[in-house]
Amino acid sequence: MKCIKCGEKAVIHLRQHNTLALCKEDFLAWVPEQTQRFIEKYRMFGRDDRALVAVSGGKDSLSLWDILWRLGYSTTGLYIGLGIDGGIGYSDTSLKMCEKFAAERGLQLQVVDAPAEYGGTIPELSESTHRGRKKPCAVCGLVKRHIMNRAAREGGYDVLVTGHNLDDEASILMANTLNWISGYLLRQWPVLEAGPGGLVRKAKPLCRLYERDMAAYALLRGIEYVYEECPYSHGSKSLFYKEMLNRLEAERPGAKMSFYVAFLEAKEQGLFASSTDPALERLHNCPSCGQPTTAPGGCAFCRMLAKAV
Amino acid sequence: MSVKLVLREQEFEVKPGMTLRHSLEKIDVLPEAVLAIRDGEMITEDEILHDGEVVRLVAVISGG
Repeated sequence: MKCIKCGEKAVIHLRQHNTLALCKEDFLAWVPEQTQRFIEKYRMFGRDDRALVAVSGGKDSLSLWDILWRLGYSTTGLYIGLGIDGGIGYSDTSLKMCEKFAAERGLQLQVVDAPAEYGGTIPELSESTHRGRKKPCAVCGLVKRHIMNRAAREGGYDVLVTGHNLDDEASILMANTLNWISGYLLRQWPVLEAGPGGLVRKAKPLCRLYERDMAAYALLRGIEYVYEECPYSHGSKSLFYKEMLNRLEAERPGAKMSFYVAFLEAKEQGLFASSTDPALERLHNCPSCGQPTTAPGGCAFCRMLAKAV
Repeated sequence: MSVKLVLREQEFEVKPGMTLRHSLEKIDVLPEAVLAIRDGEMITEDEILHDGEVVRLVAVISGG
């Protein structure tokens, strides 16, 4: 197969775009071009904005940081230490990958260590709060969302960006559609505006790029990333939905993209009539930590921590 | 006469002369879920795999 741009040997065929096959050089130019296109299309952020990039040490977030750096955006990385070992030193390895990446490019990396700040690793907090004892993913998500919002607020950043790719978004959409979770469907969008009470603006610049393409980008750019899965992700719903969507994709190239993009287009055309999110109207500041929450009284994070003591 | 495909700790052997896509079908691995590396180069699914070659498959799915 030949690169459709230069005729050299292609290294990747992007079947979702029919005949699009690219050589290494043209693929490494195509990914940032596409990212820039979607940053503009969804009005995510501009050249003067300061972006905080949440990095986990995985292929998506490090590739995103690399792309934004290549595109000339002003970025700082945020790494959240979760204290997950799983017999493979998962969190330690992740941090090292992020530090190496930042050092090689002269970028600034902010590190927040959750166990040091909140008195327990994610598995410990999960155990002691009885919130998903065997599966700490719910606690992990809660802690990460809390810290990301706090760090972006305190640092005065204009936007918090995450490395969610199209497969992540399509699998979330699949889960929310199968259960018709209207609140989540209403909120799912490539960019979420800042909300009352200090809810920071969030953007997902990779939301239109396939997971496979992001892995290819990381490999071809020589980005070292954590290849191993989080030890707790085995059997997770998101992996299940991703696999299901890939089976569909194998039979119908472009099916994942069409599922997600048609959803976005339907929203733009008013499929979800409500223009105001009822959850946003309930937002107030948690009396304990000051972060925005829709829960009556204290936020879910502070209630979780209170149980851990 | 075989081609070796390596995915994480698993090794698979397939007959030479098939395309990568066909070889992946034989071992029940979705082409959408992996990237293939041969001699340090990423290859597309239409590439024919030859006798004695070793192809490293990189799983692309992450999440949790």
